[in-house]
Amino acid sequence: MADTTAVSGQWRLKQPSIIPGFGMTLGFSLAYLSLIILIPIAGLIWRSASLGWSGFFSVLADTRTQDALFISFGTAFVAALINAIFGVIVAWILVRYEFPGRRLIDAMVDLPFALPTAVAGIALATLYAPKGWIGSLFMPFDLRIAFTPLGIIVALVFIGLPFVVRTVQPVMEEIDREVEEAAATLGANRFQTITRVLLPGLMPAILTGFALAFARGVGEYGSVIFIAGNIPYVSEIAPLLIVIRLEEFNYAGATAIATIMLLISFTMLLVINLIQAWSRRRYGHG
Amino acid sequence: MEVSIKNIRKEFDRFAALNDVSLNIASGELIALLGPSGSGKTTLLRLIAGLDFPTAGKIYFGDEDASHRSVQDRNVGFVFQHYALFRHMTVAENIGFGLKVRSGASRPPKSEIRRRVSELLEMVQLSGLEDRYPNQLSGGQRQRVALARAMAIEPRILLLDEPFGALDAKVRKELRRWLREFHDRTGHTTVFVTHDQEEALELADRVVVMSGGKIEQVGSADDVYDRPGSPFVFSFIGESSHLPITLRGGQILFQGQSIGVVSESGEGAGELFFRPEDVQLVDAADALYGKVTACRRLAGTRIAEIDIANEGNAPYHVEIEVPLYEPVALGSDLRFRPTRWKVFPG
Repeated sequence: MADTTAVSGQWRLKQPSIIPGFGMTLGFSLAYLSLIILIPIAGLIWRSASLGWSGFFSVLADTRTQDALFISFGTAFVAALINAIFGVIVAWILVRYEFPGRRLIDAMVDLPFALPTAVAGIALATLYAPKGWIGSLFMPFDLRIAFTPLGIIVALVFIGLPFVVRTVQPVMEEIDREVEEAAATLGANRFQTITRVLLPGLMPAILTGFALAFARGVGEYGSVIFIAGNIPYVSEIAPLLIVIRLEEFNYAGATAIATIMLLISFTMLLVINLIQAWSRRRYGHG
Repeated sequence: MEVSIKNIRKEFDRFAALNDVSLNIASGELIALLGPSGSGKTTLLRLIAGLDFPTAGKIYFGDEDASHRSVQDRNVGFVFQHYALFRHMTVAENIGFGLKVRSGASRPPKSEIRRRVSELLEMVQLSGLEDRYPNQLSGGQRQRVALARAMAIEPRILLLDEPFGALDAKVRKELRRWLREFHDRTGHTTVFVTHDQEEALELADRVVVMSGGKIEQVGSADDVYDRPGSPFVFSFIGESSHLPITLRGGQILFQGQSIGVVSESGEGAGELFFRPEDVQLVDAADALYGKVTACRRLAGTRIAEIDIANEGNAPYHVEIEVPLYEPVALGSDLRFRPTRWKVFPG
C-alpha cells in the first residue's frame, strides 16, 4: 500500500505505454529545440539585460520604438485577418470545385513561400506605387498604398496567404458531406449551413492559419522594407528599427526591441494556442 | 403523408442506379427498402428526401408533385447512417437547429424551442444529456439524438439510411424494438434502408426488396419469405437451395428422373427453389438423392449439407434440415423431397 501511494503521489514523466521511444524522442526534441531556439533566445535576452531595467524601459518609452511595434503588430494583425477570410475562400474553391486550371492555382498558392521576399517586395512596390498599374487606380480616390502602412499590409497579405490556405485545406477536405446534407434536410439554406455548421468546425484550423500568418507577418522584413517607405513614426516596422540600431552599433538597444517583440509575439501565440486547445477539447477534434 | 413514386429513373454518369421504379407508400406506414449494396435502395431514399433529383419520373407527397422541390422545402426528417451530428453543438443545439434556422415568423421563440427540445429529449429517452457534445455520447445515444433532431422539424415523412448499421448487435436489437414502438406512438410515415433482412422483416409493415436498380417485390414479411416473387428474392431472403429441373406433364424431372413432386403448371426448363426446412426425408426411389458432406447444429435445428452428383461436373450443393433426433452420418446417402417449393422458368 505504501508503495502505491508513493508512486501516485509523485509526478511521473513516463507513463507506462506500449508506444516505444518516448524517452529518446523527448530527449532529442529538447536538445534540438534548445540548440535551435532556446539558446539563441536566451542569448538575446542576456544581451538586452546588459541595459538594465532603466535602459530597457527607456527603449520602451521611446515613441519611435512604440510606433514601430504598433505598426509591426497592427499591420501583421490586419494582414492575417484579411488572409484568414480570403484564404478560406481560396481553400474552399480548391477543395470544392473542379474547374480548368485548378491545379495551377493550387500550385500558385505556394509561390509566396518560394519567391525571395525582396523580389516580392520590389514587385509589389512597383505595382502599388502612385504611378504603378494598381497604385494609379487608387490615386483618383487620393489613396496611396505603397510607402504607407497600407503597403505593408499588402506585402504581408501576399506573404501570409499560403499559411491559411495550407492549414485550412486538409481539414476542409475531410468535412463529411452528410453533415451539410443533414443541415439542408433540417431546412438550413446554403448561407446558414456555411456560417453555422461548416465554419465553426473549421475554426481551429482557421485559427492556426491565422496564427502562422500573423507570426510570419510580424517577423517579415525583406518584402516590407521595399514597399513601406520606412518613414519613422509612420511606416517603419520594428525589425527595420532593429537593423537601424544595429547599424548604429547600439546592440543592447536592438536586442531590447527584439526582446519586447519576442514577449508580445509569444503571449499572442500562447493565447491563440489556448483558444485552439479549448475549442479542440470542446469539439472533440483532438 | 402518402408518398407515391412514379416511374423513377436515376442515372449517374449514364449508369442507371434506378430504373423505372414505382412505389406507393401509405400514410403512417413503416417501410423497409431491403437489398444488397448497389441495389439502389439508398439512391431511392435520397430521391424521396430531395438530396438527389430523378433523371426521369415523379415523386408525389400526397397530391403535390414534389419532384423538383428543394430538400429544404420538402420538410422531411432524414437520419444518416453515420448520424451526421454537428459536433460543435451540444445535444440540445443539435436538436433545436432545424427550428433555429427557420426564417422570420415561422421561427418559434427561444423558450418554445427549449420546450420542444426537452420534449424530444424525453421522447428519445436522453433527458439530462442536453449539454453534452456528440463525441461524449455512445453510438446508440448519437443515433437517438439524430432521430430527435430529424423529428424536431415535424417532418411529413421520416427517412432513415441504414439506421442501425454502425451499432453493435445488442444495441441494434434494442434500438430496433424501440424504433418500432416510437413509430407506433408517433404514427409517422417512415422509410428505412437496410441490408439486414432480419431487421427489415422484423420491423417493417411492408418490405421493398430491391436488386440492380429495380424493385423485385413489395410485400409483408410473410409475403416475401413464403411467397417470393422472383429467384432473387427467394435466394436473398432466408436460406434456400436451387436445382435446375425440367417440367414435363405435371412432373418435375431432375437429371431426367422424376423426383416424386408434382407441379400443376408449366412446361420446359426451370429452376427449383426450396428452403432447408421445407424438406422431407423419404424412402422412395423417385426423390432427390445425395451424399452428406457436412452436418452442423444451428440453434434448434440440424442442417445437413448435401452434394448431388452431376455427371463429371462440380456437384450441386444443397442444404436441408434434418431431425435432431435422427443423426445422419457423414458420407451417408440421403433421399429427400421438398414439401414446399417454387419453380421459376429458367
